[in-house]
Amino acid sequence: MPYTEEELKKELETKEYEYGFYTDIESDTFPIGLNEDIVRRISEKKEEPEWMTQWRLDAYESWVKMEEPDWANVKYKKPDLQAISYYSAPKKKPKYESLDQVDPELLETFNKLGISIDEQKKLSGVAVDIVIDSVSVATTFKDTLAKKGIIFCPISEAIKEHPELVKKYIGSVIPPKDNYYAGLNSAVFTDGSFCYIPKGVRCPMELSTYFRINQAGTGQFERTLVIADEGSYVSYLEGCTAPSRDENQLHAAVVELIALDDAEIKYSTVQNWYPGNKEGKGGVFNFVTKRGICHNRSKISWTQVETGSAVTWKYPSCILKGDHSIGEFYSIAVTNNFQQADTGTKMIHLGENTRSTIISKGISAGQSQNSYRGLVKVGARAKNARNFSQCDSLLMGNDCGAHTFPYIEAKSNSAQIEHEATTSKIGEEQIFYCNQRGIDTEKAIALIVNGFSKEVLNKLPMEFAVEAQKLLEISLEGSVG
Amino acid sequence: MLTIENLHAQVEGKDILKGIDLDVKAGEVHAIMGPNGSGKSTLSLAIAGNEDYEVTKGKMLLKGTDLAELNTEERAHLGVFLSFQYPVEIPGVTVTNFIKTAINAHRKANGLKDMPASELLKKIRDTAKLLEIDSKFLSRSLNEGFSGGEKKRNEIFQMAMLEPSLAILDETDSGLDIDALKIVANGVNKLKSKDNAVIIITHYQRLLEYIVPDFVHVLFDGRIVKSGTKELAHELEAKGYDWIKELA
Repeated sequence: MPYTEEELKKELETKEYEYGFYTDIESDTFPIGLNEDIVRRISEKKEEPEWMTQWRLDAYESWVKMEEPDWANVKYKKPDLQAISYYSAPKKKPKYESLDQVDPELLETFNKLGISIDEQKKLSGVAVDIVIDSVSVATTFKDTLAKKGIIFCPISEAIKEHPELVKKYIGSVIPPKDNYYAGLNSAVFTDGSFCYIPKGVRCPMELSTYFRINQAGTGQFERTLVIADEGSYVSYLEGCTAPSRDENQLHAAVVELIALDDAEIKYSTVQNWYPGNKEGKGGVFNFVTKRGICHNRSKISWTQVETGSAVTWKYPSCILKGDHSIGEFYSIAVTNNFQQADTGTKMIHLGENTRSTIISKGISAGQSQNSYRGLVKVGARAKNARNFSQCDSLLMGNDCGAHTFPYIEAKSNSAQIEHEATTSKIGEEQIFYCNQRGIDTEKAIALIVNGFSKEVLNKLPMEFAVEAQKLLEISLEGSVG
Repeated sequence: MLTIENLHAQVEGKDILKGIDLDVKAGEVHAIMGPNGSGKSTLSLAIAGNEDYEVTKGKMLLKGTDLAELNTEERAHLGVFLSFQYPVEIPGVTVTNFIKTAINAHRKANGLKDMPASELLKKIRDTAKLLEIDSKFLSRSLNEGFSGGEKKRNEIFQMAMLEPSLAILDETDSGLDIDALKIVANGVNKLKSKDNAVIIITHYQRLLEYIVPDFVHVLFDGRIVKSGTKELAHELEAKGYDWIKELA
């Protein structure tokens, strides 16, 4: 319908208003603090159906009764959860007018990662008119997926468009009562991804949140739900490999994976949120709950490269419920300066002939602390369950720490569990050897670290692996002086 | 090529080299012999620029450049190559990847772009053939689980790939059986030219049967106490080092 003169005038006025006054935009941000009313208002904002609102409220109710856990090998000042605003308007003004205003150190990092100027602008929050490339990529991409019946959309959209799937599976692997942060996430999540692969369909491309970065961004309380129906396959990439200077103190995401009979899910993450500065000030707290359930003959692989965040606390896990199901966990966790990471996995063997593999590589530099914590649990019914775990730690310098906490609980006497652990140090001899071959110290460290991490890097999709390698280099820069 | 004048060096505050003079010209092969603890390895590490070996007096010039001005990798870029007595392991880094990184680091330092993959591949194949190295060997992790002989052969492989102006072979013959020794010596001989020089550090004259030195120097207690031609090596083999100690 064409505008009337009056409407057009009004529209123009609003536009001016929008750009001229911050207050109008700010008004769409909730007041700080968390209570039942806030949870209700989030659900309202998202135009959610009643069942979802109720689900959130139930989650909130149980969360209020929970206490923040403190068993991890990390030390930090607990964030004040009543000092956060749990919803803010999605539309923000660009932070900068041009790249000249952006922190040069950040741009330098972008250049090292080989990120194009357009992307640099987007990532650092510079106004960009239209990024034609990514628009067209996103469109073709959606068409291809739709033809196969694959659903890949923001979770808020899925709640409205595919309620039967969301209702059935959300919270089915990680119930809101599971833990403190999962409870909080269930009550207040505002965004995230939803993915459904129909029966027998092999997803023709790597699904990446990158393609819908405009819609999603990286929410503080992200919620991801991936369902692979019987006999299907999907490889899912999470995270953006650019070091976004996200100043949010707390990130408490929840990721649930469901692999039905004969399905396979590969879930890869590269996490490089702001680790804080060299003195250990600032940085993100990353308290994530990730878990997948495997039905008969299905397989879930978690691969993660963790280089960012001040405090990381996460254990991507597999419940091997179905017979002959397989769980895998491949991880590289890098800590530098004052970073702390307590990460690992849980492999819960319930079905017969279930198998799991754990390969964990921890790299510590500076004054950081890096812990592997893993549980291998074999239930009474899990005949012939097998696990192999390997935890390797690489230390750089004398002030950092590496710790390994393996837990094993076996209730079946046919279980076979193997655990190997090594700790090594980058030696001056190794560095000198490389130097003598003309390789400078920074490059030598990168080479040694990449060699150390190779088994895990090889599990990443090709293009991701290249970026992950560069990230390792950048994260450890200046760590040996 | 290399001129060393009155070189004194310390390790952890202890004087090891006490005034070395050495002049190595392009096209020459020098052998440095001497009993254990005489300072042979210290000399090679001081030339290579290991920071644990502190030069307290004297100087070293390579192609007219004062080595004191350069760090280890810059010396390498200028053409210094050290075949290590005990090569280190770097798990997960293949022989191929390592040499590629090293070659491209040299090229970058000399203002060149990375070596094209096809050219690199050909060079690796030719060199492996020259040193009778199996291609499977090239995909193994650097020195990890290598036998003593394999480690030494890998050092010579890297030398052949990097084509240094000055190669220092520190005890390259130790751990090699006679066949491997011949292969290594053959490799070194093929790479020798009028534009480069070789310093061989050894206890025994065994390797010198195959790589014939122009000069032989005997190092004892941080000084070169005797220099001569290859006959000196024979003499040492026959008489041992005791008479040398008298000279000091």
